[in-house]
Amino acid sequence: MDNSMDVGYSADDKELKFVGKRTNRPDGVDKVTGRARFGADARLPGMLYGKILRSPHAHARIISIDTSKAQMLSGVKAVVTRDDFEDRDSEFVPAGEMMVNYRDMVRNIMAREKVLYDGHAVAAVAATSITIAKQALKLIDVTYEVLPHVIDVVEAMAPGAPLLHDDLFTDGVEPKPTKPSNVAKRLEFNMGDIASGFAGADEILEKTFDTKPVHQGYIEPHSCLASFSENGSAELWCSTQGQYLVRAHCSKLVGMEISKLRVTPSEIGGGFGGKTVVFIEPVALALSKKTYRPVKITMTRDEVFRSSGPTSGGNVRVKIGITKDGKIMACEAELKYQAGAFQGSSVQPGCMCAFAPYDVANVNVIGWDVLSNRPKVAAYRAPGAPVSEYAVECVIDELAERIGMDPVDFRLKNAAKEGTQTAYGPKFGPIGFVEVLEATKALDHYKIPLGPNQGRGIGSGFWFNIGGETCVNLNVNEDGTLTLITGSPDIGGSRASMCNMAAEELGIDVGLINPIIADTSVLGFNFLSAGSRTTFACGLATIEAARNAIENMRKRVAQLWDIPLDAVVWEDGAARPASSNAGVFEPMTLPEIAKIAPKTGGPIAGHAEINAQGAGPGFGTHMVDVEVDKETGHVKVLRYTVIQDAGKAIHPSFVEGQYQGGAVQCIGWALNEEYVYGEDGRLQNSGFLDYRIPLASDLPMIDTKIVEVPNPNHPYGVRGVGETPIIPGLAAMSNAISNALGLRMTELPMSPPKVLKAIKEAGV
Amino acid sequence: MAKQHVTTTVNNDEFEFLCEPKASMLDVLRDELNLTGSKEGCATGDCGACSVVMDGRLVCSCLILGVEMEGKSIETIEGMADGEKLHPLQQQFLDHAALQCGICTPGVLVAAKALLEKNPDPTEIEVRYWLAGNLCRCTGYDKIIRAVMDAAKEMRAS
Repeated sequence: MDNSMDVGYSADDKELKFVGKRTNRPDGVDKVTGRARFGADARLPGMLYGKILRSPHAHARIISIDTSKAQMLSGVKAVVTRDDFEDRDSEFVPAGEMMVNYRDMVRNIMAREKVLYDGHAVAAVAATSITIAKQALKLIDVTYEVLPHVIDVVEAMAPGAPLLHDDLFTDGVEPKPTKPSNVAKRLEFNMGDIASGFAGADEILEKTFDTKPVHQGYIEPHSCLASFSENGSAELWCSTQGQYLVRAHCSKLVGMEISKLRVTPSEIGGGFGGKTVVFIEPVALALSKKTYRPVKITMTRDEVFRSSGPTSGGNVRVKIGITKDGKIMACEAELKYQAGAFQGSSVQPGCMCAFAPYDVANVNVIGWDVLSNRPKVAAYRAPGAPVSEYAVECVIDELAERIGMDPVDFRLKNAAKEGTQTAYGPKFGPIGFVEVLEATKALDHYKIPLGPNQGRGIGSGFWFNIGGETCVNLNVNEDGTLTLITGSPDIGGSRASMCNMAAEELGIDVGLINPIIADTSVLGFNFLSAGSRTTFACGLATIEAARNAIENMRKRVAQLWDIPLDAVVWEDGAARPASSNAGVFEPMTLPEIAKIAPKTGGPIAGHAEINAQGAGPGFGTHMVDVEVDKETGHVKVLRYTVIQDAGKAIHPSFVEGQYQGGAVQCIGWALNEEYVYGEDGRLQNSGFLDYRIPLASDLPMIDTKIVEVPNPNHPYGVRGVGETPIIPGLAAMSNAISNALGLRMTELPMSPPKVLKAIKEAGV
Repeated sequence: MAKQHVTTTVNNDEFEFLCEPKASMLDVLRDELNLTGSKEGCATGDCGACSVVMDGRLVCSCLILGVEMEGKSIETIEGMADGEKLHPLQQQFLDHAALQCGICTPGVLVAAKALLEKNPDPTEIEVRYWLAGNLCRCTGYDKIIRAVMDAAKEMRAS
């Protein structure tokens, strides 16, 4: 980041006109009229339809693939298989908060030696109609040698488990293993002395929790349209959280220079982390390269569930020791996370976040990255954190109960604050966990009496948030309007937030700024819209670009007035003399400066190219009341409140929206959602009827409380807000059900059969 | 099987087309008539993103065959605004920020309009159950429900 940039929090310095206001969303009208163009809404002349043949087996060696009959079907223009993708070296690059490996990625987008999960891509066709493409898939003859498979993470770690890769040796253990296994990596975070910490504890509780993989559940299936030119360049339109990462991955997998691939992000119909990687895009490019015709591929919902990335489920053991008066002395955890068919689960952020909300001297966290015959996981909102923090927050709650302490007071007593050293590395700067907990205690919700079979639960959560590489251009148009060009796909109203910040800086009406999301040829590299980075990092770049544009306009005016640059200030959308000493000049407004730009040096623009640092960690707490039907095991959510530190809510409606959406994803994860596999290793619930995400009729209103403890590394104090809301609710739901029934569940989802079983076993 | 000739009305415009017997109404709307406002989220009637009104009845267009459009009058999201004047539901959705990504929005709006035409004064519970066939993964439904309730109020007053 440019050190010359003033990043001091300025919100209190002056009244803000647009930051913090519920402004109109620039893309809103197009989204309520059906005009907005999402992934599947594009078509091109001469377009072919691509379809992908997928493995019916969880684990099998591919003996042969015969595509000759499919190739002969009239209307089929191209078929691709593993032979059309060059093998790649093992090379790790970041994608979202995870690292990806091109050797693995080329195998994930098209199976090579083996199919590793039900739904793994085996071949693809491009044809003149969808109907013909589907017929062609039936004509592809694949001979498999079916192999034993393993689905469960603990079973996959056991000696003698079916092996997915015979060249995978566990990283991070000494001595280095001589035999391959399904365990890709062991990692460990340590702080203090765990043994003496437990020795000083009066109460110690150790429990193991189990969660299942869940899907992000975006309503828009993956879709893309690729068009390869005879000149070696290509265009790709797709629904993605990061067009630059799509470009990086596809150019590598298809074998072309980055500059020759232009990726345009469509409007994106939900991502939540699941659209940070590529699945169909390189396949569509390969088919287009064979035909020199545009090829469109759209996944079905079944394909989305079977073949895109859910998030890791995990098995998590937590042990916490406390004193009688409620001080946490020691925390220990072991996390076993599912990576799916290739290495790279979210276990690392799971380890980082596990105990980070608490000021504890003695911490030990061990994580395992474990492969099994499931689709390779992708990020899902705060990847890894919900699974580990769910387990921790359940144990915290039970310990508070044991010593007769209020669960909010218990958390307050141990809450991390400015200066707290984390086990994963950083010492916290200003953070708002204490303020969040104090706001929680003050809620009316906390005082509402509960009836029979009802319970109230509390859970807290932490996500570190990220910054990253960002470019923004701000063009001052000749009529005095502005075009704001960013490279971060807008997944939940971020364009409105960017415009609020730019308008605030420029001192002009927000309606004069028209934002667009650029394709990859317009701006330099932008990292993904992920990790809760967009409003922070893209916001920083937007502010810097606005300040750069202002400086350029001041230069023009200084030149016109023939006075030094320092003598021209920018206030309320106009250049003015800094004082009467500078001379007597009428202020020049932005439109006036824009109008005469050709005479003062040509077009005016502001730019920013930064690697944003200093993201502010996000803390939140959820409070939920539930009622359990003891006859059916059904859990009804009665009330729900999200309390979270936003740093500064640039657009409060969209911050509330993040809180509410995250809370409801928690409810789904806690009560219903899970991947269900049969004995044959095939996914049995690959549709929205059987993979049940929450409906409007399942829910109450979701109340929100925005706490604002500014992040000092952003001019308006922004922290990220998108990830944290999916963390606290899993434990809050579990604790609420525990309190309703007087028993403790240790497994998600707490679906009716599991709740009934728990009731029966406990005899309550 | 040979394509079938179909004549239908969509948003008061008459259309004629040759329909593949297997094509759904959603396929026809999107691919034949270029009305891409109706979305495919599942193609199995579970998500409601393709909601349209056919002869006054709210349906999932993915569950209706294209040939069944013969002689019918269809209303889609593209017909909801009156020129530049948005329908009160559309305006309330914007005012409430009742959409994040916006992929479910056309279906939710079409479904909500169908509700308010039948029941101009629904309770919150009635709105929640009517919209139970429209999945939204972003918003948690809170702002959607509020927007529909406020639009109902506004429409009753006018």
